[in-house]
Amino acid sequence: MRRALTTILLPAATGAAMIAIWYAIRHGLSEDFKFLLPTPGEIIESLDDNWSILGRAVFNTSQGALLGFGLAILVSSLLALFMSLSSLVRIALYPYLMILQMTPIIIFAPILILWVGPGLQSVVIITFLICFFPLVVNTTQGLISADRNLVELFKMYRASRWQEIRLLRIPSALPYFFTGLRIAAVLAPIGALVGDYTAGSSAGNGGGLGFQAIIYSSQAKYPALFATAAVTCILGFVFVAVVLCMSWFALHKWHDSYQRTDT
Amino acid sequence: MTAPSPIVEFKSVTKSYGDGPLVLDGIDFTAESGEFISLIGPSGCGKSTLLRLIADLSPISSGSLNIAGNTPESKATELAFVFQEPTLLPWQTVANNVELPQKLRHVSPPERATSRDRALQLVHLSDRGDAYPRQLSGGQKMRVSIARSLTLDPKILLLDEPFGALDEMTREHLNEELLEIREQQGWTAFFVTHSVAEAVFLSDRIVIMSANPGKIAHEVVVDLPRPRTSDTRLSRPYQNLVAQVSDLLRSVEESKS
Repeated sequence: MRRALTTILLPAATGAAMIAIWYAIRHGLSEDFKFLLPTPGEIIESLDDNWSILGRAVFNTSQGALLGFGLAILVSSLLALFMSLSSLVRIALYPYLMILQMTPIIIFAPILILWVGPGLQSVVIITFLICFFPLVVNTTQGLISADRNLVELFKMYRASRWQEIRLLRIPSALPYFFTGLRIAAVLAPIGALVGDYTAGSSAGNGGGLGFQAIIYSSQAKYPALFATAAVTCILGFVFVAVVLCMSWFALHKWHDSYQRTDT
Repeated sequence: MTAPSPIVEFKSVTKSYGDGPLVLDGIDFTAESGEFISLIGPSGCGKSTLLRLIADLSPISSGSLNIAGNTPESKATELAFVFQEPTLLPWQTVANNVELPQKLRHVSPPERATSRDRALQLVHLSDRGDAYPRQLSGGQKMRVSIARSLTLDPKILLLDEPFGALDEMTREHLNEELLEIREQQGWTAFFVTHSVAEAVFLSDRIVIMSANPGKIAHEVVVDLPRPRTSDTRLSRPYQNLVAQVSDLLRSVEESKS
């Protein structure tokens, strides 16, 4: 109980202190420069004023983030299964995965626009590219890290390759998979935002948060810009929270990371 | 009683890994069906390798190894291996862990449940079927591992220092339980251990190995009456045998260095 209170009260106190500092800085700014730092109150007000636009932008960005994230999970899992089959496959593919990860999205975006046109499709591909690497690396590592004794046990009982993958390798990989998923969940909304910023489009459904950020900054609507940032943070939190819940359901009964100390 | 027949037969077997030095050299050895044999010796004497050869986890380099009922084409005899570690699937319950070997053989769920219940009963864990491995003590995990190995009704049980990580009390207790189960099932056992006391208590025969390369140095027949209980450990013949095997083991280790 005391511990629960601490975990709620302590961050709340930090937050209150930061808002106080925020107001203090704002108070110290001369009248001409106050626009540089809107107060939290102004940001919330702006959020309310712009909700019809921002709400739609959140929906569009979430859509891009979810589709890109989902696609990355699917493709990375299949590729990880393939890479887990042999170290030769891993050696052959790994440098190119690194190159894929190192390619700057900012440079890739115009090419992507050229290929598939701006809008949702580009946003999905960019999100996919950003989420893909941590997922494929972690899942592959998990699949090849099954307990050696358990692998021998399966061999002893003459398990088929498919039984070994299904009953041993995939469950062994779950903790690693969720580590990758947690990283990718943080990256997915950011990826969608960057995708939208560099390759978004107002055509059709009206663009996402990145696109909206460009508009607000060109209109010098700074409170709205801060509101856009706040909404993006919340979206990120939702992604991470969902993944943490999934991880808990999959692992808490057996994995050491969820070990209670009272047993 | 039927006349004893060889179930495992080594003839001048050698073993090396790749181009490496000989791990086992000139192994000639026969085990009768139903025998309990302990393998003991300094580390690096190849006793674990010997088990792996019987289990077909690794091929022999030369000589011949015959296991009753097995031809090169068909490996029919059921073997079960109990590792040093309990080697349980941590994400499965105790019940599912015990069912694993039969599940891998596509045995029907009702049949699996019957074998699982019987095996858990043998190791006195009937009430822990729903627990996950991490909720069990070290001794309990080892019991689950043994229960799992029994579900396929093995003819040969290979145990690689199964109780090495347990405390003395638990170890003695599990030794007694293991013999009780054997009274009911009558498999042939190969038991690798570092404990002379354990080897004498369990075995019909103790094989003492020497290292570099691994060879069979001595064989000691243990003719203590069965069933053996905790009282056996207090008896004079038991203690004499422990002393005799300890001396032989010491002589093997000294001649090495």
